[in-house]
Amino acid sequence: MSARSASPTIANGTGGASAREAAASVVDPEIRVITIDELGILRAVEEDPASGRVTVTITPTYTGCPAMDVIRADIRRALTAAGHPDAEVRTVYSPPWSTDWISEGGRAKLAAAGIAPPAPVRTAGVVSLTLAVRCPQCGSPETEQVSRFGSTACKALWRCRSCSEPFDHLKAL
Amino acid sequence: MNGPFDFTLALADDALIAAQRLAEWTTRAPEMEEDIALANIALDQLGAARLLLSYAGELEGAGRDEDALAYLRDDREFRNALLVELPNDDFAVTMAKLFFLAAYQLPLYTALAGCADERLAAIGAKARKESTYHLDHGALWVKRLGDGTEESHRRMQAAVDQVWPYTHELFAADPAAPVDPATVRPAFDEVVGPVLAEATLTQPDSAWAPAGGRAGVHTEHLAYLLAEMQVLHRAHPGAKW
Repeated sequence: MSARSASPTIANGTGGASAREAAASVVDPEIRVITIDELGILRAVEEDPASGRVTVTITPTYTGCPAMDVIRADIRRALTAAGHPDAEVRTVYSPPWSTDWISEGGRAKLAAAGIAPPAPVRTAGVVSLTLAVRCPQCGSPETEQVSRFGSTACKALWRCRSCSEPFDHLKAL
Repeated sequence: MNGPFDFTLALADDALIAAQRLAEWTTRAPEMEEDIALANIALDQLGAARLLLSYAGELEGAGRDEDALAYLRDDREFRNALLVELPNDDFAVTMAKLFFLAAYQLPLYTALAGCADERLAAIGAKARKESTYHLDHGALWVKRLGDGTEESHRRMQAAVDQVWPYTHELFAADPAAPVDPATVRPAFDEVVGPVLAEATLTQPDSAWAPAGGRAGVHTEHLAYLLAEMQVLHRAHPGAKW
């Protein structure tokens, strides 16, 4: 968690971070180098100016993503710490999440953490199975898929034939 | 079937029971990567099941939520097709079931994504992306085993022969449903035929088409599966992690 969201400051909505900033600072509990905003699962943050009530809208990467409960709790905690205790977290499924929603900054953070970012999804509705995935360690395109399912629902397991390192690859979806 | 509630419940139960069966492989799959793969696919099925069960509960309007529908119904009240409740058996049987189920769910969810019911359309659009991976995974194994060694070919063909009759029930016509399952049969055949051919397997030509799951008449296997799946919730009502 960032210093901001861990801060105990209760500022009645005046001195704390904006609701948007607070929600956007929450990191993904399973890939802790990237925020839910960079991952594209934070869809909207709305604040009712009269009541101060905040409504956060998120969408899961995969329908069965087990991290959703933790993400909801983390959002509420971050908002409370930023002075927005009256918050509701809504979950929507449409439009469905796509790896195309991961920001450029998010992709760079994934690569820096040794997780090969996904290639763009070429056609709407058709999952493009990535042909060349660069090794996040040495940059070589000489890589192979070990298993299309990895340590979390959104990742596949790959191996580099140049440097022999195994690595995670975020599957294009 | 009759109306959107029964249709939604049938889809939900297919996904839920498939998830429970696949999860039985956890810690005992032939290799670690496959163990993770099957658990991942089970998790996808469970995710779709939860969305569909929640929506079915709303359509019914009797106050039943996803947990009430999953844990507090007996076998006669489940509407899943028989295919998904069959025991895992040989690994080849599990792969035949996985492949046929995905080849049915992918076109069904794709059609659902364009249906008039907004909630079902959203679930279909989400789930079809995941089904694409399931189909790919099942097809890979069917080809690898079918076109593998003499022994793997023998067992894959036996699995296809064993499971094939149960695929017909998936396409029972239901013109009143948001998507008539009969209309996705051509897409299923289009995918299954070439994969079996590439796997050097013979597509069975059997007229036997066991059915009854959609009406709540199941094989003896479902009640045992439910007993294991439901025991905690029934023994400790309201228990939470």
